Amino acid sequence: MADKILKKLNIVVWRQKDAKSKGRFETYAIENISQGSSFLEMLDILNNNLIEKGIEPIAFDHDCREGICGMCSLYINGHPHGPDTEVTTCQLHMRKFDEGDTITIEPWRSRAFPVIKDLIVNRSAFDQILQAGGYVSVNTGGVPDGNAIPVSHEDAEEAMDAAACIGCGTCVAACKNSSAMLFVSAKVSHLAKLPQGQVEAKNRARRMVAKMDELGFGGCTNTGACEAECPKSISISNIARLNREYLSARFSE
Amino acid sequence: MQNLDSKIPGGPLAEKWAKHKAAIRVVSPANKRKLEIIVVGTGLGGASAAASLAELGYNVKAFCYQDSPRRAHSIAAQGGINAAKNYRNDNDSVYRLFYDTIKGGDYRAREANVYRLAEVSPNIIDQCVAQGVPFAREYGGLLDTRSFGGVLVSRTFYARGQTGQQLLIGAYQALNRQIDQGNVKMYTRHEMLDLVVIDGKARGIIARDLVTGEVRRFGAHAVVIASGGYGNVFFLSTNAMGSNGSAAWQCYKKGAMFANPCYVQIHPTCIPVHGDQQSKLTLMSESLRNDGRVWVPKKKEDAEKLRQGKIRPNDIPAEDRDYYLERRYPSYGNLVPRDVASRAAKERCDAGFGVNSEGKAVFLDFSDAIKRLGRSVIEERYGNLFQMYEKITDVDPYQEPMQIYPAIHYCMGGTWVDYNLMTTIPGLYAIGEANFSDHGANRLGASALMQGLADGYFILPYTIGDYLAGEIMTPKTDTNAPEFVETENRVLSRLEKLMKVRGTKPVDYYHKALGHLVWEYIGMSRNEAGLKKAIQEIQSLRKEFWGNVKIPGELNNLNQELEKAGRLADFFDIAELMARDALNRKESCGGHFREESVTEDGEAKRNDEEFAYASVWEYSGEEKEPVLHREPLTFESIKLSQRSYK
Ligand SMILES: Cc1cc2nc3c(=O)[nH]c(=O)nc-3n(C[C@H](O)[C@H](O)[C@H](O)COP(=O)(O)OP(=O)(O)OC[C@H]3O[C@@H](n4cnc5c(N)ncnc54)[C@H](O)[C@@H]3O)c2cc1C
Ligand code: FES
Repeated sequence: MADKILKKLNIVVWRQKDAKSKGRFETYAIENISQGSSFLEMLDILNNNLIEKGIEPIAFDHDCREGICGMCSLYINGHPHGPDTEVTTCQLHMRKFDEGDTITIEPWRSRAFPVIKDLIVNRSAFDQILQAGGYVSVNTGGVPDGNAIPVSHEDAEEAMDAAACIGCGTCVAACKNSSAMLFVSAKVSHLAKLPQGQVEAKNRARRMVAKMDELGFGGCTNTGACEAECPKSISISNIARLNREYLSARFSE
Repeated sequence: MQNLDSKIPGGPLAEKWAKHKAAIRVVSPANKRKLEIIVVGTGLGGASAAASLAELGYNVKAFCYQDSPRRAHSIAAQGGINAAKNYRNDNDSVYRLFYDTIKGGDYRAREANVYRLAEVSPNIIDQCVAQGVPFAREYGGLLDTRSFGGVLVSRTFYARGQTGQQLLIGAYQALNRQIDQGNVKMYTRHEMLDLVVIDGKARGIIARDLVTGEVRRFGAHAVVIASGGYGNVFFLSTNAMGSNGSAAWQCYKKGAMFANPCYVQIHPTCIPVHGDQQSKLTLMSESLRNDGRVWVPKKKEDAEKLRQGKIRPNDIPAEDRDYYLERRYPSYGNLVPRDVASRAAKERCDAGFGVNSEGKAVFLDFSDAIKRLGRSVIEERYGNLFQMYEKITDVDPYQEPMQIYPAIHYCMGGTWVDYNLMTTIPGLYAIGEANFSDHGANRLGASALMQGLADGYFILPYTIGDYLAGEIMTPKTDTNAPEFVETENRVLSRLEKLMKVRGTKPVDYYHKALGHLVWEYIGMSRNEAGLKKAIQEIQSLRKEFWGNVKIPGELNNLNQELEKAGRLADFFDIAELMARDALNRKESCGGHFREESVTEDGEAKRNDEEFAYASVWEYSGEEKEPVLHREPLTFESIKLSQRSYK
């Protein structure tokens, strides 16, 4: 079936030349967008229109366009990844919008994620947190057979639920405190749930939390906004597990 | 002419790798600390290599164009990873995995490389488990496996529908540990734009910092290319938007020969193209063909009505449905290999039986499976794929059949490497999808992840030592050497040239046009006249691009249009070489289907007498025809036969 065409939309978008410049909102009109198109395809079309008019296109991050790489972001009409649930911006479709809508697009807003240009922010703080112990300390080679240590079906599934995090930064963008607790707890849970990761669990929790604090993320006040907006439905119960690991690490100091 | 020595060790197949490892040189720990290695790419190939090399003590610099190494397109792999573990007691073995891979590749891969791949495959699973990859587990706590197309055993390990994501996170964690320890310096949002060769050896790269636009020099004792495949030459593909062939292509222009560019894989089950606003295609995993049945209407009128939206698929009674795969291939049915399934879908659509408004889709129907197994079983098996399908198409696949159509998915062709994974430039290596080594003319499902990790964890760390053992007296590479200055200048002048065109059309316009050309003439079905036409049209489109592309913004700032333009400029050249290669190969094999080479009933026909070789292309200068070298493929352990799935 042919998709409906949205004859006109108004796009209000954050423009900022680079990290040092001041940003501002600009408004652009766009016509004839198929509802079958994705949100980013709509932006592609808008950008090509801008280019033809000699205006610099809007810079935004994206890569896989399948909801798995975590590269796309965007704060759309007040929601990270827009109005649909359990999807990233690249999977958001124009069916969620109507004729004549005004759509406001902003970058993630957080001290720990400074704007690089337009809608692109610097999320390297996430990498830095994971570099602070978000791994199992094994070298290549010399490891036991994959079946040497049984892992219960439930533990493997729970580890997988946490490991499904795509590192996009929604949790931080959604949180009024800019807390990265959901992100950190997802990694801590993923590894703590498996015997291979259990060995270093306490130290990992301690180091990652310290790094998170150092990088300027805010504290968690249990608003639950992160879980509600997470495109991969990462559960807030991971935060409870992180707190347990962290506390027991402090006690054993 | 350069020397094309594949360096395959002598001796029986099963002993080659062990003997080779025993014979090659090893670098002492003290000397490793003095050596630098550049790794371009952080997908399964690059991340596993960078981490393993750093663990050994080398100084590694790793590069990716995304904002984090974790975002490499390996992340998108869904189905699984093969390994000859024989955990199921179903008589799997290294030999069987080797045999399936050679046969699946339609006898166009090197025996020795493929055998080694199968041999190290069990270690990969062990390694990933130790890193904390949450593979699916049975209730007894042991690793679960499933079956994939083209094989008779159950050897595919998986983590839900996100196997690539989990394996990449495992490798990324290992990489992070080395970054944490200071052994790897990671350069994100950096794009390699050229290779620096000094005295015939790879000594560094020129990369652009994508945030500041600054063009920078990086030196090393060896360079590893792990930059993925060139599938985006088709514009619409299952690759990521930034996936590109440029790193490999720049190496080609510096003398690293390129093999089998015409071998690309068209995957049969992707969500079809809608309208002309689309930017990329989404894969629906091969595993769906276990339970889904593929069909189109028997009557053209019905297809016509479907296209106009006058009827829905469920209105068509069973007797009016043509389950054409089951009809044509009774023994394999819906599970024929990818190339066969893709061509069969195209054949039906070309004959006027396509079912979407564009006439380019067939149905993948789960209603029988849902009746037989119940909805909850189907949900457990494919839930995330069904959800993804519904989000994209707004159709509930539990209620109505999926629409699918073939799309470009993977490149078997790539940079030529010898048994050591070294290219024809000493000190330059290529691993993962970027090389040509293991999949012949068609890759089996779940084997790319295996190959990327085999290369990075267990092969390159050994073989690169043999080369570097000869470099221990070589001082740190001086990035002020004239070769660096000259290469940097060339990179800068190309970027400036692109910026200066100031034409009228955006990059996407040309990329779409190229994609149409490639799909039409170098896609699923190829013939001599079409390929000749393609070469001409690619050349004229390239000329138009260089004369009329419009790139706003600045060179010294983040500029995504400039990034795209540079990649597209190389895609024109890659497309042309694909066409030349396809023209030369006057046989049908695997993903390469020449209309002139078919059996009486229209199936692909190989010609082993004339074409049992890898086509290896050597660059000979701008606007000059490349030179073809042939690496003969000799089969000592396997008897060649025509594939049949009837
Ligand atoms: C949708 C999809 C599903 C798949 N499913 C499966 C599956 O189930 N099983 C299976 O075995 N295979 C599967 N494959 C194939 C497999 O995922 C890929 O072949 C494999 O992951 C490629 O890994 P790689 O490391 O070679 O490259 P990639 O993962 O593509 O990584 C490329 C890296 O190179 C970097 N890079 C590229 N160019 C440059 C440059 N110029 N400068 C700097 N950095 C650069 C990128 O930033 C990235 O880090 C699938 C592929 C797709 C597209
Ligand atoms: S672009 Fe990869 S998750 Fe959206």
